[in-house]
Amino acid sequence: MQSLFEKIWGSHVVVPETDDTPAVLYIDLHLLHEVTTPQAFDLLRAQGLPVRRTDRCLATLDHSTPTVPVKTLKDLEIVSEPSAAKQVRQMEKNCKDFGIELRGFSSRDRGIVHVMGPELGATQPGATIVCGDSHTSTHGAFGALAFGIGTTEVGHVLATQCLLQRKPKTLAINVRGKLPDDVTAKDLILKIIGTIGVGGGTGHVLEYRGEAISGLSMEQRMTVCNMSIEAGARAGMVAADDTTYQYMAGRPLAPKGAAWDAALKRWRALPTDAGAKFDQEVTIDVSNLRPMVTFGTNPGMVMPIDEAVPTDDDPAFRKALAYMQVEAGKPMLGKPVDVVFIGSCTNGRLSDIREAARILRGRHVAERVRLLVVPGSEDVKRQAEAEGLDEVVRAAGGEWREPGCSMCIGMNGDTVPSGKLSVSTSNRNFEGRQGTGARTVLASPLTAAAAAVTGAIADPRDLVG
Amino acid sequence: MEPIKEIRSRTVVIPNDDIDTDQIIPARFLTTTTKQGLGKNLFNDWRYAKDGSERADFVLNKPENRGATVLVGGNNFGCGSSREHAPWALLDFGIRAVVSTEIADIFRSNSLKNGLVPVIVDAKTHRWLVDNPGADVRVDLDSTTIEVDGKRVKFPIDRFSRYCLMNGIDQLGYLLEQRTAIERYEQAHA
Repeated sequence: MQSLFEKIWGSHVVVPETDDTPAVLYIDLHLLHEVTTPQAFDLLRAQGLPVRRTDRCLATLDHSTPTVPVKTLKDLEIVSEPSAAKQVRQMEKNCKDFGIELRGFSSRDRGIVHVMGPELGATQPGATIVCGDSHTSTHGAFGALAFGIGTTEVGHVLATQCLLQRKPKTLAINVRGKLPDDVTAKDLILKIIGTIGVGGGTGHVLEYRGEAISGLSMEQRMTVCNMSIEAGARAGMVAADDTTYQYMAGRPLAPKGAAWDAALKRWRALPTDAGAKFDQEVTIDVSNLRPMVTFGTNPGMVMPIDEAVPTDDDPAFRKALAYMQVEAGKPMLGKPVDVVFIGSCTNGRLSDIREAARILRGRHVAERVRLLVVPGSEDVKRQAEAEGLDEVVRAAGGEWREPGCSMCIGMNGDTVPSGKLSVSTSNRNFEGRQGTGARTVLASPLTAAAAAVTGAIADPRDLVG
Repeated sequence: MEPIKEIRSRTVVIPNDDIDTDQIIPARFLTTTTKQGLGKNLFNDWRYAKDGSERADFVLNKPENRGATVLVGGNNFGCGSSREHAPWALLDFGIRAVVSTEIADIFRSNSLKNGLVPVIVDAKTHRWLVDNPGADVRVDLDSTTIEVDGKRVKFPIDRFSRYCLMNGIDQLGYLLEQRTAIERYEQAHA
């Protein structure tokens, strides 16, 4: 009897671990972007090493790239910081020198790595997937073992297609009940992080289970797995099922024909066996879950939108509230908002933009509020535009931008000004994450859109029809 | 990498819990293509005022803490982003070991590959360290202990990583030696 994690781990061990040495683990898919790879390519150059499996690399530009139209490097040099432009130029050179296909500015596929991989069908059940990015956990939504690594490890995978790893522990998150209407996957994962804490998953791989999880769409499962790292877990996973296979079928890099049938047979054997043991288990009921918002400076400082900010005498807690200009015992509802960001690898997919549009349609962004809607990829952008969602955003007075990480990381020209309050669908409300001195409230696309049109933190359930 | 056997220093203490890698090195400094020079932006937004001058009240700026190489942080140090720029910035600034009750997985893994020693201690030892900033400590990799207040306290560290640290070995060399096993795996899974 084995868990999903144990099956994937077991089938990827090249050399088993001993007391003295970690396991050598084979990596099926390596996602690469411009920010965490230059030093790794330098390492290969210094040692005269080639990339072992260029066919297992999927590379793009997302983090330091602007979300204003850029079609060439020349455009980029005009709109970006010189260092960001240099980084992109370096990525283009590295991919060319080492024979890796780069889905760059001219590619129809370009997008945030964690949006692009699944939509191309590169993300597959049972696979090991890594990237120099902590939100690689997103891909666990497909029943894959996916985790973030550092740049030195990026170099290890480029050179050997393997990583040295100690086997992590497992933590089952059993999610009971059915999500109420207009309460989203984002609210669910914020609730989980609030329950187990920002360090609660350290050393563990999470498996999200239960009827509330199997009822989620693939895009919703990605939102949940994406934020596993915010609970300290490097990886989070959901067993693949018919929802997964329906999503994957026909995608460009998914297997076809007889290979698809063979893959399906393999994938169907992967879910956790009945009676398999986890190192730890947590059970959460979401039947009465409400929209969630963060009030502090990490994703674990989170509460139902219609409650009062909790009270705690801990100095760090008080410091976080002071930074956020939030008072213990007072509501978050009604707090004036300056910026609303809808996008990121957490909530930058088509269904997220559709959700936001439910509230934006026929309404206008409140005075003095800046609304930025950033599709997660070129493909999301095309699909959203085909549905007229870009027009909904523009008609509401919002900005419809080009794909990229944008305001989630604030290193590409899109930032929240110092002291301003942002309601953001991204994943981190750390001090200064969206810009020096920026104050971030994490929420779902529905809650973010509600803040945009009312100009304050508002319960989206009062606005959806 | 230089072999590391022991680190002797007084401590510098930043007691905040959950110090994330965005605090250690904000994202806007990640548009670099090298590992060098990140130390000047270590804890940038805590360390400098808006006009770029040093904030006198931030611990790393206090004269008595200059030159300290052991950083004691609050619980759950290094959470958040996978950026290896965080240990690079700490090392470039001069920090050689980080002490906490819990150190986030990716940050710890990145630290071990760069010669920054992650030292995980029990809550009581941690409390003492937080309450006694500037204390002299000795991190000893041979015995995997940290000497605090005259007592030697064991800390956990992966044996392979410790061996690499103590001998100045790059882990990539070991992985490259596994080539035959990797080829065999690839043939079996083609």
